[in-house]
Amino acid sequence: MKENKSILKKITDSREASLFIVLIVLCVVISLRSPSFMTLKSISDMLKNNAVIMIMTLGMLGVLLIGGIDISIASTLAFSGMSVGMLMKYSVVQNTFLLFLIAIGIGALCGLLVGLIISKGKVLPIIATMGFMYIYRGLAYIIANSQWASAENLGTFKDFALGSVLGMNNVIIVMIICYIIFFIVMKWTKIGRMVYAVGSNREAAQISGINTSNVELMVYTVMGTLAGLCGALAVSIYSSAQPNMLYGREMDVIAACVIGGVSMTGGRGSVAGALLGSLILAIIAKALPLVGIEAIAQNTVKGVIILVVIVLNVITQRMMDKNNLKGREM
Amino acid sequence: MKKKLVSILLCTAMVATLAVGCGSGNDSGSDSNTDSGSSTAASDDAGDDDADSGSEGGGSGTYAIVTKSAGNPFNEKTADGFQEVIEAAGGTAIVKHPEAATADAQVSVIQSLISQGVDSICIAANDENALQAALEEAMDAGIKVCCEDSKTNPDSRQVFVNQAGVQEIGQALMDAVLDISGGEGQWAVLSATSQAANQNAWIDAMKEVMEGDDKYSKLELVEVAYGDDEPQKSTDQTQALLAKYPDLKVICAPTTVGINAAAKVLQDEKSSVKLTGLGLPSEMAEYIGDDDDHSCPYMYLWNPIDLGRLGAYTSMALVDGTITGAEGDTFTAGDMGDYEIVAADDGGTEMILGAPFKFDASNIDEWKDVY
Repeated sequence: MKENKSILKKITDSREASLFIVLIVLCVVISLRSPSFMTLKSISDMLKNNAVIMIMTLGMLGVLLIGGIDISIASTLAFSGMSVGMLMKYSVVQNTFLLFLIAIGIGALCGLLVGLIISKGKVLPIIATMGFMYIYRGLAYIIANSQWASAENLGTFKDFALGSVLGMNNVIIVMIICYIIFFIVMKWTKIGRMVYAVGSNREAAQISGINTSNVELMVYTVMGTLAGLCGALAVSIYSSAQPNMLYGREMDVIAACVIGGVSMTGGRGSVAGALLGSLILAIIAKALPLVGIEAIAQNTVKGVIILVVIVLNVITQRMMDKNNLKGREM
Repeated sequence: MKKKLVSILLCTAMVATLAVGCGSGNDSGSDSNTDSGSSTAASDDAGDDDADSGSEGGGSGTYAIVTKSAGNPFNEKTADGFQEVIEAAGGTAIVKHPEAATADAQVSVIQSLISQGVDSICIAANDENALQAALEEAMDAGIKVCCEDSKTNPDSRQVFVNQAGVQEIGQALMDAVLDISGGEGQWAVLSATSQAANQNAWIDAMKEVMEGDDKYSKLELVEVAYGDDEPQKSTDQTQALLAKYPDLKVICAPTTVGINAAAKVLQDEKSSVKLTGLGLPSEMAEYIGDDDDHSCPYMYLWNPIDLGRLGAYTSMALVDGTITGAEGDTFTAGDMGDYEIVAADDGGTEMILGAPFKFDASNIDEWKDVY
């Protein structure tokens, strides 16, 4: 009896654990209806096809943790991806590694600019990033100049997304590395703790000697950097660069964070949550066409699943808070 | 303090906007001067021609074509076809590329053409309704107006040169599926969105063709999947089709994004499933080929040069009075054959270019640089 209670307590103690259970339930239900879902190839396909969203979720985690939001990321991605595509098309740069560096650099610059406006100019994040959403998307169209880079132009660059090390696709490896770095930084370093401190109580953080506007600048720059990296990844994965890449998908990134239990008001959320949240979104995207739900109904089903997961998550959170309070009373 | 900050910010934003605006203006300007040699050549021609038409009068006629925007390879090819036919007939062709792909830019182009007193305008509309005032003004001034590539509303045109006859596309795609599958087996459609009017019309046409003839009876359409013209979702849908139907033989994707994503999936997986549909040659060059290393044996799209040529013949027929743009009119478009004007879905009239153009291993190298 006591043991049961402790297991129950463990589950209700952690939002991640409840998410993990949702994940497993989803997987079981899907594989019952479609046995091919749980194969290694299918999972690898799924991770590769959702890597871009999953990596950007990490950056969004940082932004949401300090109570901000960034809706310019899909545009940053298109801008950096389009730049890489054009550099390949006109044979300016052919080296894959160099192209990735350029994409990351463009993303970092874009993010830095967003961060400067928000942290030093004190503009509301949603307003500032909305402006940049149009600016960066516009820049993507300008450098594209009604051309596009297709598989033929991308030569060896597209091989990156096809290659693998030790049986694991390069794209998935990049994603795992990003997650490991973020997990360590957010959990065990001063920088990570500073982000949480600013998000939970900005005044307190400031008084304790944290330069809050620098932290703000940092998270938006990191977000931009990841979006830049994803621009190059997306071009490699789909071997096509078009200025309307991932149009409107910043919402999926924010949704992944929210599903993963990241609070929109800041201070709350974890890398594990972001991983689980984006995995749940990826599984939904992969599974809906597989289990044979009518195409027209797929978006509705997607929305319902997201809402159910979030409601479950909120209930867990309430129980957690209640338990904590009980602990205090005793 | 706060007010100061806000005003400084606003100033910065304004300057930034200006800088961006100027940058883009310069970019497109310099690009259309350097990159697209033909467009500058064309507008130079146009400049000379203005003087010519002024002195010669309407002897041989002045025919204008207005494209969607500068620097778009598809538009340039259409303009080339137009110019070739007009000049071969001894007329004067004016090629106008608007600065931007907007209706505004086209309106100012139309107005300058009206004041030049051209005989006809053939336009690829950037907006269905926004050009009405300008085009009506042109028609009032006695200028003949037809559309190619994308149409305006019926009130703004005399006839539309439609590159994509629904029936012809349905027939061509169905025959491709029959041919590639070897006459029998399962096949699926990968479309854009479930609401895309042209996609649905083509898919319905394919279904009609399939039911209309016994030779298609051994083909089974297992699913119409929707990739929403997004590479990621199209990839998911293609992979799902492969997982759900192990016996699938052919996927038909009548959408450029979908066919590209599906081609990549099939080719990367070295799948035995083959692909056909409607796609851009430059995007699909990597995937088109007859051997097992390529996922798409052949696909279709319209030929922009022929589209421009038919636009030219139509303009000339309108000007010399052979046709008025009314339903039932017929005329001969040079070596392209006879065309009949039919009623269009929007209440206006149109003519249909013909069967879509086939891109396969033999001609893809030549077309991939075209558009």
